[in-house]
Order: sequence, then structure tokens, then C-alpha cells
Amino acid sequence: MLLIKCPHCGERAELEFRYGGEAHIARPADPGAIDDSGWADFLYMRSNPKGWHAERWRHEFGCGRFFNAIRHTVSDRIVATYRSGDKRPDIASLEAAAKR
Amino acid sequence: MRFSIFSLARQALGGHAGWPVQWRSPEPKTSYDAVIVGAGGHGLATAYYLAREHGLRNIAVVEKGWLGGGNTGRNTTIIRSNYLWEESEAIYEHAVKLWETLAQELNYNVMYSPRGVMMLAHTVHDIQVFKRHVHANRLAGIDNEWLSAEQAKAFCPPLNIAPGMRYPVLGAALQRRGGTARHDAVAWGYARGADRLGVDIIENCEVTAIRRDANGAVTGIETTRGPIATRRLGVVAAGHTSVLMGMAGVRMPLESYPLQALVSEPIKPAIPCVVMSNTIHAYISQSDKGELVIGAGTDAYTSYSQTGALHVTTHTLDAICELFPNFRRVRMLRNWGGIVDVTPDRSPIIGTTPVPGLFVNCGWGTGGFKATPGSGHVFAATIARGEPHPIAAPFTLERFRTGRLIDEAAAAAVAH
Repeated sequence: MLLIKCPHCGERAELEFRYGGEAHIARPADPGAIDDSGWADFLYMRSNPKGWHAERWRHEFGCGRFFNAIRHTVSDRIVATYRSGDKRPDIASLEAAAKR
Repeated sequence: MRFSIFSLARQALGGHAGWPVQWRSPEPKTSYDAVIVGAGGHGLATAYYLAREHGLRNIAVVEKGWLGGGNTGRNTTIIRSNYLWEESEAIYEHAVKLWETLAQELNYNVMYSPRGVMMLAHTVHDIQVFKRHVHANRLAGIDNEWLSAEQAKAFCPPLNIAPGMRYPVLGAALQRRGGTARHDAVAWGYARGADRLGVDIIENCEVTAIRRDANGAVTGIETTRGPIATRRLGVVAAGHTSVLMGMAGVRMPLESYPLQALVSEPIKPAIPCVVMSNTIHAYISQSDKGELVIGAGTDAYTSYSQTGALHVTTHTLDAICELFPNFRRVRMLRNWGGIVDVTPDRSPIIGTTPVPGLFVNCGWGTGGFKATPGSGHVFAATIARGEPHPIAAPFTLERFRTGRLIDEAAAAAVAH
């Protein structure tokens, strides 16, 4: 079970959270302007990386708020969590920090 | 060597010292007519049918680990075809029909055992959904029948149907032709069959890049055992499909999740069929060795870790103990995870891709084992002809653009 640090509440057990999928997928600013391929990209295509992954979590049985996390999908190690709307942290520098 | 009672007797008299190797371990050639990436059941079946039915002989199957070491060796071996939509019924029933004669076809005992798959209903919604499935299946000529709770217990005596359970058993849908097969034997049987038709199975050979020409068409792959040229590349890599397709610049509508299973210590024959409960996330059968084979739901988050969290298996064992109080003192021996590639509509993707010469067979999610023969059969035809086999045609990658999804997630018996 993961120990996840909610940016609002601190570290809690994974059971308090619900996974929300890949983060930073922005809804098209002008929905009428994009074609079917654009919608397919937005709705269905996912990067699904074997490595660092920016993802959404919701602290369902806590504050109820969404936030983002950077997790490695092989080790499942979370190196950073940050509030929704905040800029995605630079993964290279997090990686370097994780090695230290 | 053909397996028969005579070959067995002859080898027995010779102290079993004369059995030949079942498949070669060849060095990769520089070029093949077709290369399949992934030597699991689906990939090996694809190579087998390409060689047997489409006359291709110069084929390689490359595998980064060992043959059958991924999800083929990690699943709970359940076979059934009681899906809701016609497209799904067609492909899963195609597979069940092939399962029925597979051991004879391959001259290899895959231990297909149609012992019945029973899916439990615990709520009014379950009853309505399962009855809808029963009717849809019977209209499609697929056996599926509704049982009352008492009939379910008669079919599977250890089942607890006490009304005081947290999620009481209100009835069940039973597919009698459903059952199990021996997962390793399926990989070994297809590997042996493909090898005898000249297919090179190259293990410990990880693909590191996909080479393309100026028009974007596939020209070959780079591997840890050197470059291999080919004009037809079939990716059958389950949980790692996104990674491989990324090498050709193709984004996929896939997310990879750990799916856990576990087996108990061996016990005497105790459970005569497969029992599944999607509502409380548990499925169980008994292997011929006597182990209870138990499957859980997927973990919550995408991962390539091949493990999974303990609370997921604990949750499943809670359900098993409630359904089968007899098993409460049975100890579990091993648990593990496999990485399953899940599509948004929980249906597979089989077919061509935007890259000429690149074919993909993926997205089988939590239920790919049952489809192994059918999947390999239609994918081989798709690669050989360069266009989808009629049964595979609805399962294109293109459906995510057109919106013609095959939504088994909400509708059918997909355990999540």
C-alpha cells in the first residue's frame, strides 16, 4: 500500500485516496475547432509510460480535493505531490534529488 | 516426435531419457518475412497460425524474457464466451471453439477442462444484468443459463448461500462450456507447433527500437541481440504495448495495471467448477494439482511493477472466505501480479496501425487468456492479408476516433 502525501492533509494511507489517471490533460480550449482525432487524443490516448508519471489523485476520504503526484511506474515510488493547477515539477531534477 | 500412447510407452521403457527438445533455441537471422514481438500465448498462437494457415515459414517470435513468462504464466486460466455484445461474442466464441479441439490440433495436452463457469449475482442489478447476458448469449447461439441460488449450490456444493451474508448469493449465470486450461501447456504447445513449422522463437531478445523508411513503413527492429529486418511487425506485448508502440511514434489508448492472483496449498478436490463474482471482486477454481487458484481485481493505479498491493488480495480473500467458509483455514502459498493493458471500452485492439507494416494485438485487459487461440488465429490472418479478419474488424484502433466503441466495461462480465 502506498503512503501518499496529500498537499493539504499530509501523509495518509493509499486507502484514503482514489486514483484519477494521467494528469495535465487539458480539455480543448475551443472544442468546436478540433476534429475526431483531436477528441480521440483528449479522451482516450494516454502516455502510459514505463517510468515517471504525472497523475491525479483525489483524497476521497479526507479533504476530498484533487491533487497531482509524480510516481515511477516500475518502483511505484512517489517523489512529489503538488496542488492541482500548479506547474508540473521538472522530472530530471526530481530524479537527481531521488538519487541523492 | 508425435506424442501418443505408443511414444509414451516407448519412452517409459527407455527410462524417459529419449525425449527430444520441444523447440529449438535459434540465433536470430538478419531478416524475416514477419516478426512477432512477444512470446506469450497470443504471440505464439499468431506465429503458429501464420505458418500453418497462411504459408509463411520465415517467421520469428522475439521475446525479451522467456517464453510464456508474462501474463500467460500469471493468469487464472479461465475460459468462457458469455460476453454481451455481438462483436465480443464472435471473437470469444471463436476462441472457445478452437479450445475444444486445440489439444488434438497441437498434439499437445493443453488440459482444456470445460467444467463450467458460474458468475454470482449479489444484487438486483446483478440479476438484471446477468439475465440480459443469458438472453443475449442464447440469441447468439452461446450457452448460458440462469440458476437460482439453490441450483447454484447444487452445481457447486461448497458455495455459501446463507441469506445472512453481507452480499448474499441471489442466483448465478452458468456457462457449462466454460472452464479452464493449463496456461503453460498452451504456450508450450503453440511454441512446439510453431517451431515444427519453422518459426524461430528467440528468447532473451528485447526490442529496443523500431526502424522505418522514408515513407514511415516498418523496415525492421533493433534488439539486444542485434538488428532484424522485416516488413511485417506484429506487436503482441500486453502490458508493454504502449512502450513498444511509442518506438514507432504511435500513441495508444491503453493504461497498464497490475492484476494480482494467488494460489493456496494443494487440497483434495473441493470445488468442481469456476466461480466468479464481479461484485465482490473474487474468482476461484481448483487446479489439477489441488491448489485453489484465486484472482483479484486490478490495483488502483497504473504500474509496471508486476506485484501489486496486499490490501487488494486481502479484499479478495475476504470475499472468498465469505463465499466458501470451508476455505477459511486454507493457507496461501504464492501471490503475484501481471501487467494488463486496459482499453477505455475494455475490449481488445486487433489490427493495422497508422504505420505501414506495423500490426498490433493488445488491450485484452484482465481477460486475455480465454481468447488465446482465437486472438492468434484472427491476428495471423490480419497480418497475412494486411487487412483485418472479419471477426477482428470491429476491434480496430480506429474505433477510438470514430466512436464505435465496444463497451464491455459497463455491460459485460468484466471483473474489475
